[in-house]
Amino acid sequence: MSETVSDPGLGEPFGPKPRKRFSRRNIFIYGTLIFVSLYYLLPLYVMVATSLKGMPEIRLGNVFAPPVDITFAPWVKAWAEACTGLNCDGLSRGFWNSVRITVPSVVVSIIIASVNGYALANWRFKGSDTFFTILIVGAFIPYQVMIYPIVIVLREIGLYGSIWGLVIVHSIFGMPILTLLFRNYFTSIPEELFKAARVDGASFWGIYFKIMLPMALPIFVVAIILQVTGIWNDFLFGVIYTKPDTYPMTVQLNNIVNSVQGVKEYNVNMAATILTGIVPLVIYFISGKLFVRGIAEGAVKG
Amino acid sequence: MSAGKRPVQLWRNLSAKIAAIPMILTALVIFVGCSLWTVFYSFTNSKLLPKVKFVGLNQYERLWSTNRWLISIENLVIYGICTLIFSLLIGFLLAALLDQKIRFENTFRSILLYPFALSFIVTGLVWQWVLNPQFGIQKIIRDLGFENFAFDPLYNPDIVIYGVLIAGLWQGTGLIMCLMLAGIRGIDQEIWKAARIDGIQTWKTYVFIVIPMMRPVFITSLVIIASGIVRVYDLVVAQTGGGPGIASEVPAKYVYDYMFQNQNLGQGFAASTMMLLTVAIVIVPWAYLEFGSKKHV
Repeated sequence: MSETVSDPGLGEPFGPKPRKRFSRRNIFIYGTLIFVSLYYLLPLYVMVATSLKGMPEIRLGNVFAPPVDITFAPWVKAWAEACTGLNCDGLSRGFWNSVRITVPSVVVSIIIASVNGYALANWRFKGSDTFFTILIVGAFIPYQVMIYPIVIVLREIGLYGSIWGLVIVHSIFGMPILTLLFRNYFTSIPEELFKAARVDGASFWGIYFKIMLPMALPIFVVAIILQVTGIWNDFLFGVIYTKPDTYPMTVQLNNIVNSVQGVKEYNVNMAATILTGIVPLVIYFISGKLFVRGIAEGAVKG
Repeated sequence: MSAGKRPVQLWRNLSAKIAAIPMILTALVIFVGCSLWTVFYSFTNSKLLPKVKFVGLNQYERLWSTNRWLISIENLVIYGICTLIFSLLIGFLLAALLDQKIRFENTFRSILLYPFALSFIVTGLVWQWVLNPQFGIQKIIRDLGFENFAFDPLYNPDIVIYGVLIAGLWQGTGLIMCLMLAGIRGIDQEIWKAARIDGIQTWKTYVFIVIPMMRPVFITSLVIIASGIVRVYDLVVAQTGGGPGIASEVPAKYVYDYMFQNQNLGQGFAASTMMLLTVAIVIVPWAYLEFGSKKHV
């Protein structure tokens, strides 16, 4: 092979043979990837294009035709006027409900899971691994098995139908994956650090706040990304544990688009759909590799 | 250990135990307690409210003689098998393509993964629109001159589940591709070099050397896909609402409808217990193989 020629002074070409830019292989690879990418992008394009058209234009054309008369009226209507049931104040209500649900749910679930993971990694006690195993196995139980008893529990403590009830539910079902994430991260931190702090007399919470928390910032970011997208996208828990006034955005979106009354306004529907999808999409495109890392770590080790 | 030491044992590590209370409650009350509760009440004839009046296996007999449930199961099987095969196949092929030291790898990966950030509700609604026979794909192909072309999966009871499948794959394959890509990258480069020196073709290296070495990744993907399949609910609610008629019903929707709309709790409990059983059949052998012999998690 040409790599074995070690003396460049000979004037012989060496190193791997440069690839032709338009080899048949490259055309195949890029061609396939571009084709597949277009397929994946198509629904996004259709959403945006449809939401910018007026209804007459939609009725005349097809979903892929680019908008000719660009109008932002469907967006305004979806945000502020679209009706679900008796409320006609648009998706804005659902949006703010989702914000009110997502923020406390993310905060509470991450606090609980990070402390859990820390206890499991550094302060094992008798039975702690058993509870952890139950937690991980429990992550595979279909939600449908547990939803009704949880309704009863929430009703007993007076939180059924309120946002805080839903916060508890999200914290519960986010716990397995998040605890796993934090436990694995804290386990990977050298134990000497922890032992040194203990010798110096630091307590459970002292070590958590002064040593572990500052070191775990990257994993906190991963957990936040994971939870914000997961909770924002949730539908099942929202529809069960909240009332129409506090429905999250996904539930309200579904009610707007799939309502049987009235004429279907496809442009308003698509504008509403984009509005609902925009929060996780923005998070996805900003966080980039961290998002991938979050799901991969959560998934591979799960 | 003497009996006198017991209290000390209990108080040791107290902060950690207090901190773990939410986890312990979740594990015992929700995951164990609530599941057992549901299984227990599936043997009663609870209607609007749960009550302890046992009827044996009546609920299950009714369940398996209800047409809607049988259709739900059939749909789940079709959707499940197709999702498994296509997710793994497409996921691996795309990962192998992205692995060819190409330019713009990050761009391609971002494009293939972005649907995963979207909710099933959004996914379902977009594909409901794209597959709309009046304005969507069918209309375009007809406009090209194929007047009799028919592709209206969401309005045809025979193929509606494949319409749902298209949307589900669009949303989920990106994740599998990412896992596969990580798996391919995790394989020692020396193996590639050895294969090249032996003159083995690239595709043969993938099929006979790389894939067998990626067993853990395939199993992880399998578990993720499988647990997602059983849960499929939002997608169907958004895209078809279970229709046309009851042609695209799925078990998770059956459970929800019977519990919260038809006020027939017993049926809902029986159906959800069947779902639990299905998952157990898939998960228990896997957990046994993975963790059974070695004692670590």
